[in-house]
Amino acid sequence: MILTPLISLALAFAISAVVILAIGESPVEALKVMVEGALGSSYGWGNTLYYTTNYIFTGLAVAVAYHAGLFNIGGEGQATMGGLGVALCCLFIPWPHWTLALLGAAVAGALFGALWALIPAWLQAKRGSHIVITTIMFNFIAYNILTHLLSKTLRPLGSMDPATANFPPATHIPGLWQLAEMMGFAWGKHSLANVTLFIALLMAFLVWVLIWRTRLGYELRAFGKSEPAARYAGISPVRITIITMLISGGLAGMMAVNNVMGMSERLILNAVEGAGFFGIAVALMGRNHPVGIVLAALLFGFLFQGGAELSLWTSIPRELIAVIQGLVILFTGALDNMVRLPLERLFAARRRKEG
Amino acid sequence: MAVQPEHPTSPQIAAGQDLAIELRGISKAFGAVQANKSIDLAVRRGTIHGIIGENGAGKSTLMSILYGFYRPDEGEILIGGQPVAITDSRAAIRAGIGMVFQHFKLVQNFTVLENVILGAEDGALLRPSLARARGELQRLARDYEMQVDPDEIVEELSVGHQQRVEILKALYRQADILILDEPTGVLTPAEADHLFRVLQGLRDEGKTIILITHKLREIMKITDNVSVMRRGEIVGTVATADTNPTAMAEMMVGRKVILKVDKAPARRGAPVLEIRGLRMVDDAGVERLRGIDLDIRAGEILGIAGVAGNGQSQLLEILGGFPEVGSKLSGRIAVNGHELPLDGRGADGQARRRAGIGHVPEDRQVEGLIMDFDAWENAAFGYHDAPEYNRGLLMDNAAIREDARGKMARFDVRPPDVELAARNFSGGNQQKIVVAREIERNPDLLLVGQPTRGVDIGAIEFIHKRIVELRDAGKAVLLVSVELDEIMALSDRIAVMFDGRIMGERLPEEATTTALGCLMAGMEPDAGPVQAAGGART
Repeated sequence: MILTPLISLALAFAISAVVILAIGESPVEALKVMVEGALGSSYGWGNTLYYTTNYIFTGLAVAVAYHAGLFNIGGEGQATMGGLGVALCCLFIPWPHWTLALLGAAVAGALFGALWALIPAWLQAKRGSHIVITTIMFNFIAYNILTHLLSKTLRPLGSMDPATANFPPATHIPGLWQLAEMMGFAWGKHSLANVTLFIALLMAFLVWVLIWRTRLGYELRAFGKSEPAARYAGISPVRITIITMLISGGLAGMMAVNNVMGMSERLILNAVEGAGFFGIAVALMGRNHPVGIVLAALLFGFLFQGGAELSLWTSIPRELIAVIQGLVILFTGALDNMVRLPLERLFAARRRKEG
Repeated sequence: MAVQPEHPTSPQIAAGQDLAIELRGISKAFGAVQANKSIDLAVRRGTIHGIIGENGAGKSTLMSILYGFYRPDEGEILIGGQPVAITDSRAAIRAGIGMVFQHFKLVQNFTVLENVILGAEDGALLRPSLARARGELQRLARDYEMQVDPDEIVEELSVGHQQRVEILKALYRQADILILDEPTGVLTPAEADHLFRVLQGLRDEGKTIILITHKLREIMKITDNVSVMRRGEIVGTVATADTNPTAMAEMMVGRKVILKVDKAPARRGAPVLEIRGLRMVDDAGVERLRGIDLDIRAGEILGIAGVAGNGQSQLLEILGGFPEVGSKLSGRIAVNGHELPLDGRGADGQARRRAGIGHVPEDRQVEGLIMDFDAWENAAFGYHDAPEYNRGLLMDNAAIREDARGKMARFDVRPPDVELAARNFSGGNQQKIVVAREIERNPDLLLVGQPTRGVDIGAIEFIHKRIVELRDAGKAVLLVSVELDEIMALSDRIAVMFDGRIMGERLPEEATTTALGCLMAGMEPDAGPVQAAGGART
């Protein structure tokens, strides 16, 4: 059912157009600015792909948990903690080359994110504290821990900025435009997308393998569908809950390689920029399937980059971009059935007529 | 198809008598499931009327209709001779119906008084309502021996007292007809005794009481009349004084077409399963198994007969490695002479399978299958870590599919499509997928719970044949079924469970349904009620 998200998307855009009309701007013009800004140039693409990378990680994080019947809405906090892991790894380990630093940072980010998800997972598995509540609480805790560390412990002496020192040059990973340059052509100079995109795509593939090709994936899907059946089959709910959340948190934490190591090259406050929450919408829209998630991440990358362009070049306020993004989430996620049920009925009716 | 045995049924309580409630032709279906089939029921004013039947017989649906939670598809309800439309619970309360649910509907952190007036506050201000309610509550508590402290917080009360609050709530709303759904399930014996005294007091005051239960002893003890429900129908209404537990047990369980299974005499080998002193106390503190001793030898089928809810499910779940969460177990289980742990890591479903136990669970849709998984995925469920299904880190999906194709062909699963989700197969074919999976692993001990529930006749014969074949191959089978005929046809030995105990064992050739019915009702066929069982719970 590829049609459903497309129609949902069209509906979201249509309502957004009405809103833009209502504030006296031209929706056609706005769309043009968004498309040109996000997709009209290699630079735009470079930035769009940067955001896409973030959303792939957080979308996968939500999807893995979802398959086990767990709703991890703590991607924001897990990515925040992942950022801490990446920063510590880049600042305190003398890496000889960026390739090694990249691997080390990916592991560190995943580890910190996973550990941050472990506590809610343990609370759910052993104490029955609902994971939706605990993970969202842990977002705030993560944010405040980071604020404390950045303003007290990790801030370089004399700096007034709540951020770590810049990472050493050996940890600077190449942007996609630098790779293009190395290969001898110009593409998206100084755009944000970097080699982390390839890690994200690799993770999407590995998540697919995990969910549909491994024993663990089989067990977590079974557990997600029916806990009594899982217990009958000898699948331990405690074990599955904890392992799934470790993987989910690890994926969210790995996002930090992109935004902390690849983009800002130091750890700043609020580096995650809501990507953890967007991951929920991305997973919903992508039907919790890695291919769908990559596509949905691209769409949300486009919306984010296009939205930035919109506020830069038009008098449409920044808040309206949030409205458009919200409408997309509303239609593709929450109101999914509103579009899907009539469609299914339509197809069923047509099939009957043919049959 | 189904042959109804003749039961002594006293003449229907005649119309014209003083009826509190009369149901005429009430039917209710949920999708394809007919939960209630043209129910006629007349309850006389000032009596205690029992409704008895197994889980899933349709009792709760019927009561939900009376209390306005469901609208019947057909039929009418008369209260005090007047037809009424019970559209919601408010209408039910107006009609004088009070309901005490199995799971109490109390606000845990409110006081007793606040709970009693909840939804019956007269006026926007609470203070005058509370004052009035306090007086009324004290009067009711005095009249019916139901002392509770009106200012106590509900969650501080014992379960028995919480139930009193529920009853007081109904009385405060001036209920004339009180419906209690499985009221003793959560009570201690002393609390249950007290409840019965209260109910008798209420009846003597002229209230009408409907008691829903699946416990025969309660019916015999306090009801005036009793209706038996089975598969959505009322199969008989009798005066309690004119009946006996044996007849009731038979009516509840019902008789299907006599199933004839061709089988040679059992050739018994060494003991496969030995159970000694198995006890289980569930999360709520109720003792579900009270010391089970059981042996099954290779090459025999042991059938466990009994009315549902007497501990059979718990026994199967413990043996299968998934006892209810929070339950406490004691006793010993050994398979092939090796003692199995009762809990902990070594006692899960995987460990049980490694010990040679296969399990066709009682509820295939909740336990035995993942309904959204395709048939091939389900065909490996529980054995998904077996080496032949795996290739290194990955599952060998091609091998699992191939294996599933073979199983579905050998067990004649229709349609033979391994890519179809389990929920799209009929009940009989779903069950065949489960049976194929469990039997083809060639377990030393096969646990089988309700193998033919919701299964068509053709599949029943097929499944029975396969179970007998497994026995003839020298394996042990533990069969639990509420269908007495299935037990009689398949078993080489019959044990009857009642109230968490094995009441007795019989050989099928010498067992009569009457004798089994007695045991199922908790009585020795020749003697009176067994002391331990008879005195313990009521």
